Amino acid sequence: MFSSHLSPFTQYEVVIGLEVHAELITKSKMFCSCSADFFGAAPNTHVCPVCLAMPGALPVINKEAVAQTIRAGLALNCTIAEDVRFERKNYTYPDLPKGYQITQYELPQAVNGWLDIDTPDGVKRISITRAHLEEDTGKLVHENGASLVDYNRAGVPLLEIVSEPDMRSIDEVNEYLTRLRQILIYIGASTGDLEKGAMRMEANISLRPAGSEALGVKVEVKNLNSFRAVRNAIAYEIARQERILRAGGQVEQVTMGWLEAEGRTYVQRSKEDAHDYRYFPEPDLPPLRIERAWVAELAASLPELPHARRQRFVAQYGLSPKDADVLTAERPTADYFDALVAAVGEDMPAKKVANWVMGDLFRLVNDNGLPISDIPVTPEKFAGLLKLVAARTINANTASQVLKTMFKTGEGAQTIVQREGLAQVSDAAALETLVDRLLAEHPDEVARYRAGKVQLFGWFVGQVMRETRGKANPGVVQKLLKDRLNS
Amino acid sequence: MPKLTPQEVQHIAELAKLALSEDEIERYASDLSAILDYAQQLQEVDTDHIHPTASVLPLRNAMRPDEARPGLEPEDALANAPASDKGYFKVHAVLEGSQ
Repeated sequence: MFSSHLSPFTQYEVVIGLEVHAELITKSKMFCSCSADFFGAAPNTHVCPVCLAMPGALPVINKEAVAQTIRAGLALNCTIAEDVRFERKNYTYPDLPKGYQITQYELPQAVNGWLDIDTPDGVKRISITRAHLEEDTGKLVHENGASLVDYNRAGVPLLEIVSEPDMRSIDEVNEYLTRLRQILIYIGASTGDLEKGAMRMEANISLRPAGSEALGVKVEVKNLNSFRAVRNAIAYEIARQERILRAGGQVEQVTMGWLEAEGRTYVQRSKEDAHDYRYFPEPDLPPLRIERAWVAELAASLPELPHARRQRFVAQYGLSPKDADVLTAERPTADYFDALVAAVGEDMPAKKVANWVMGDLFRLVNDNGLPISDIPVTPEKFAGLLKLVAARTINANTASQVLKTMFKTGEGAQTIVQREGLAQVSDAAALETLVDRLLAEHPDEVARYRAGKVQLFGWFVGQVMRETRGKANPGVVQKLLKDRLNS
Repeated sequence: MPKLTPQEVQHIAELAKLALSEDEIERYASDLSAILDYAQQLQEVDTDHIHPTASVLPLRNAMRPDEARPGLEPEDALANAPASDKGYFKVHAVLEGSQ
């Protein structure tokens, strides 16, 4: 091939598109009433004539799975198709006993959407080609020259989301996957639990000389079961393809697998062996005609999505984008924060409330391993504590201690503060006596302070705090000390 | 329509996971070609003003509520399996590609 424009100094640009499979949260399977809650179940205990492809068994569409697919499509800014049809994707492999997978092909449920991701250069819009519904496959275990098949997962509703080849770096891929997973969890469509295989990825990767418009030959890497595997496989492929191109060779169009343990891709099939799936409309399933009223109903059921919520936290609460990101990463956390800010009201700025949540509260939540929605310190109770801080009834250090007790006992802040006598001493008369006594006991320090060693001021404050076991109102103490020492 | 080539028959056989002898390939080339020719008659129908039809049934939106029910007992599920092991269906080793 004539390629004089490729010099050893050619910079390559990577072009990546992703296919993400997400198991939908439903009680039953896609086309039969077997339980879809198969994880950890003994093999072939969630099966029936339909998902085992016994002769004469007929599939029936799970309405909830269609609803979740439409909701996901809406959350990804897709057009929701009116005419939708299932088709048979024919292939012979024991992971599905029918000899085909039922999927949406020509008329998918959702098309032409997008997802915004954050990049160092600002927000980037990744186009989403389609989101469609299909059935998951069974699981194969290869053992002693035989394959053992478990059909519990066969027929579980699976959402496939296909992006355009719009990503240009591993960081962008990571950001896309993180945001996509976040959205699916937010809307309750999927658990996003990668360790349980609820999300599986495939990446299409190609290189082209920087500045070139034409796409290079792409390689598809399958069975990527973690974000880390996606990153590693893409890094490996970039290096492998670049080596080939720099040596003047051509990348072969192949489908590859990823060996996580060995950290390398391997060829599963070449272009010549490409599957011919011979799709045709599923004769056992009448087509769908998606009513607009239903779509509107589902749209109304969507919660505020992470991106919008992040922006609102910045605008409404005056949080930094970084803090807003942390607080909206998971919906229960964002719900907690919204409720907390509402309960605190005008007494404390939301920014300060955020610091309490991301500091003391997160520490306690992490240490206890409880989901934030289940902790004994409800937003209302936490607000009670923060109101005591805002009113200077207790100081910040005391509040941290009280919060710990609240976490253990579930009591209200006021109860603990009263029982343990933790209210801050703001009574100027009581503090005056104490300050006068301390100054009388330390004539040397007083003299040195007055001679110009002003750093001693902090030491005096510390002495008062020690005497009051941290309960003294620091503002009142400082004022008293200043009055006495400077007079 | 020209007769299917032995290569095409071989490809179709592979997709269906069938092993055919030379004789069978020759025979199916004729048989399949005859079937295709027969189906080819459909091409003569004027469909210019016909809406693409995937289903002739008047049915739409045949869906069921999302309710789980117990399926088969594992023994029944595996009753007709040629081989089973520890509750699994047991089949010849299937691995794609060369690792």
